[in-house]
Amino acid sequence: MTGSPLTAEIKPTVSGAPWRERAEEALFPPFVALLVALICGDLLILSYGQSPAAVYRLLLEGTWGNAYGFGQVLYKATTLAFTGLAVSFGLRAGLFNIGSESQLAAGGFAAALTGLALPVGTPLVLALPVCMIAAGLAGGVVGSVPAYLKTKFGAHEVIVTIMLNFIVLALLNWFIAGHLHVPETLHTPEIHAGALLRLADMFPRFHGSAANLSLVVAVLAAGVVWFYLFRARDGYDLRAVGLQPDAAEYGGISVGRVWLRALTLSGVIAGIGGINYVLGYKHYYEDGFAGGAGFMGIAVALVGRNHPIGVLIAAFFFATLSQGGLAIHAFVPKQMMDVLQGVVILAVAVSVPEVRRILRGARRRSDA
Amino acid sequence: MSQMEEGSASLPAIRMVGIEKSFGAIMANRRASLEVMPGEIHALVGENGAGKSTLMRILGGLMKPDAGRVEVNGRDVTGWSTNEAIAAGIGIVHQHFMLVPTLTVAENLVLGCEPKTRGVVLDYNRAAEDVQKLSSDTGLVVAPERLIADLSVGEAQRVEILKVLFRGARILVLDEPTAVLSPPEVRELWTVLRRLRDNGDTIVLITHRLDEVVELSDTITVMRAGQTVARIKTSETTPAEIAKLMVGREVSLSAGKRVQPIGRASDVRPDQGLEVRNLGITGSHGVRVVDGVSFKVNPGEILGIAGVEGNGQTELIEALAGLRSVSSGDILIDGVDITRRPVAVRHDAGLSHIPEDRHRRGLILEYTVADNLILGLQKYFAKRGVIDDDRVMDNAIEEITAFDIRPGNPLLPARALSGGNQQKVVVAREMGRSFSVLLASQPTRGVDVGAIEFIHQQLLDARAKGKAILLVSAELNEVLALSDRIAVMYRGKFAVVMPAAEASEEVLGEYMIGTKKGNAA
Repeated sequence: MTGSPLTAEIKPTVSGAPWRERAEEALFPPFVALLVALICGDLLILSYGQSPAAVYRLLLEGTWGNAYGFGQVLYKATTLAFTGLAVSFGLRAGLFNIGSESQLAAGGFAAALTGLALPVGTPLVLALPVCMIAAGLAGGVVGSVPAYLKTKFGAHEVIVTIMLNFIVLALLNWFIAGHLHVPETLHTPEIHAGALLRLADMFPRFHGSAANLSLVVAVLAAGVVWFYLFRARDGYDLRAVGLQPDAAEYGGISVGRVWLRALTLSGVIAGIGGINYVLGYKHYYEDGFAGGAGFMGIAVALVGRNHPIGVLIAAFFFATLSQGGLAIHAFVPKQMMDVLQGVVILAVAVSVPEVRRILRGARRRSDA
Repeated sequence: MSQMEEGSASLPAIRMVGIEKSFGAIMANRRASLEVMPGEIHALVGENGAGKSTLMRILGGLMKPDAGRVEVNGRDVTGWSTNEAIAAGIGIVHQHFMLVPTLTVAENLVLGCEPKTRGVVLDYNRAAEDVQKLSSDTGLVVAPERLIADLSVGEAQRVEILKVLFRGARILVLDEPTAVLSPPEVRELWTVLRRLRDNGDTIVLITHRLDEVVELSDTITVMRAGQTVARIKTSETTPAEIAKLMVGREVSLSAGKRVQPIGRASDVRPDQGLEVRNLGITGSHGVRVVDGVSFKVNPGEILGIAGVEGNGQTELIEALAGLRSVSSGDILIDGVDITRRPVAVRHDAGLSHIPEDRHRRGLILEYTVADNLILGLQKYFAKRGVIDDDRVMDNAIEEITAFDIRPGNPLLPARALSGGNQQKVVVAREMGRSFSVLLASQPTRGVDVGAIEFIHQQLLDARAKGKAILLVSAELNEVLALSDRIAVMYRGKFAVVMPAAEASEEVLGEYMIGTKKGNAA
């Protein structure tokens, strides 16, 4: 029984990782979560004495069924895409940025101030980058504070970002209420430059919806994040730190520097998200415009499995639920959609490891 | 082989016949068989990836075979579940410990079947008593009230063994039990295993170390490439024969045909190599874990550090590698002071490091083999901040071929490789970079004979090329076979530094346990 033929003839082969397996593991958990959410939704609707089918039809008609509703979904998805990308960026480095709410607000504020400071008639090609840089800087500054405190003193980023939300939002409120507002309102004057085209300006069918060119910026941002994470050397370092900080340190990667970079850039991404409301929709900064979109970014990142494409899809999905809540308001309370969102988040959180285990088991059985 | 008609006394405790198991295109087991008689110590040997672990997972109910038959004590149990396996008295002690570090020994042992007073509160005293009794019956001595986190590796392993015995195991499977133990701990383990066998327990020992196989086992099953190639009585074989069966060719067991390294005496500048001056490291509780160690490793020299684990070797290497801060002293590479410089700067100064823990430090398990092969070398594979995938892949294929890493697919996550092949990835990477000083910490831990021979040859080649190598190993054989000089570390100091020619296992052993004290600078 010597000289077994099996040992020798193994040559290096670049046969990609099993795609089917990877796709299954990436897509199944959100799918299962959606299913669970649908069932819960049915039960909830039934408990209000309504027909689930009718309510869901209404929901679809109110969101994807007409251009206005669809436009609103796209508008909401844009902000969620930015905050989702921001949170997922931090999570890739093993950090939980809960501060995207205030980073988003700070970004919007900076974009509005810049738009006000620029002379009237500044061309968009100049005004947009300048406003975006300002928004990104503002978000980045807010993001760098927990990063600095973490690397310098070991302060946990979750605590610091949560606390910072209160501080930053209160500061912004003070600026607006005390100094910058148009009388009788809680918003700034309209910006002079940097206002973005709305979708409705190009496609009249979208009339009335807030969707605007920030959507394109969001999709581009997802592309940039993807490139950074999976193609750039900094992304290699960042993911290494997120997966195994000890091994990263061994490999000569400065863990502290990566943390600093990751949280700051996470803040930058969230900050740029502020342009959607300020440059694209209202053309001014209004107190409280973030309205929880920053926190919702955590759910978006989770459901999107921290992958830029997943985040875009998840943002679209959560935007649909949120807009759908308004559409079905006549039949069931719109808070039902909040409940459904909660169910989806919980189901995803639970199903990620669980579904993976079941899938592996099924594969094992089918091999047997 | 089984003689059913002779009655239950000679029924094999384990009988596995014609086991087949494949994962996709890879056949882990092909017509593998195993027969273990009750009350014997049976060694299951084979190279990494030979299919030993798969076979044991099938036995333990963690996997179901594609074909074949599994019998335990004569009962057909093919395709049973883990719970059924445990109930039937099969206990598997894994290579990586599965203990809760914040709980005590007793709490860990009763986990899942806790004795309770009034059905709610953990009856701690009873748990401790049960554990104490089992502990003294078996000779596996551990105080029940100690925290797992405070235990040494050897003690933690005793707890692992106690855990399966506590659940009533009569058939014990130990996967590489000595990989993390020091020589005295290994001897203790042997005593315990012999005692268990004499009490009628059956033991299957998975191991790479042929000396252990020969010393301890009664019978040996050799696997190669998923097949069972031999079942031999230990008394009728030799380590060389076993090694040949495992690898399929002749293997040299004594690593080291000494080649005089090139240019050793003449053209070497005096400041070349690694120099450590009066190094002190303070540990977590303010203890001086390394206390005033000074030494020099010259180019073309291997300095081996022997010692019982936990005498400061780990901390010393970490400090040299830049992963731990020092409280005093200097570290110089080729004359450049790098004492307080970050890891990346040390790399640039010519340091290469095979870390002792590949799972924690040496590899990013979720990264592909190709990506792992550039860890610490990213900057050489990036152009303007973007990683050049083609070059990463070329590098991977080159290293995979040179080091015979299996399976040879650079896109597999490192996690999917066997321990020995993971280690080859680390060694390939660290040998592949340009360096003048190599820190090799447990370079062959948990690696099979074929790969050990290969890694040893790599170290000797590096030495011949004039590299300065600091070798730390729990394997005295390894230190003795490879080193030019040997230092023994005891309680944070070098107890002695001697030329390898003057060293022997006995002499080093006395310094290791502190009965003999030398005066090393």
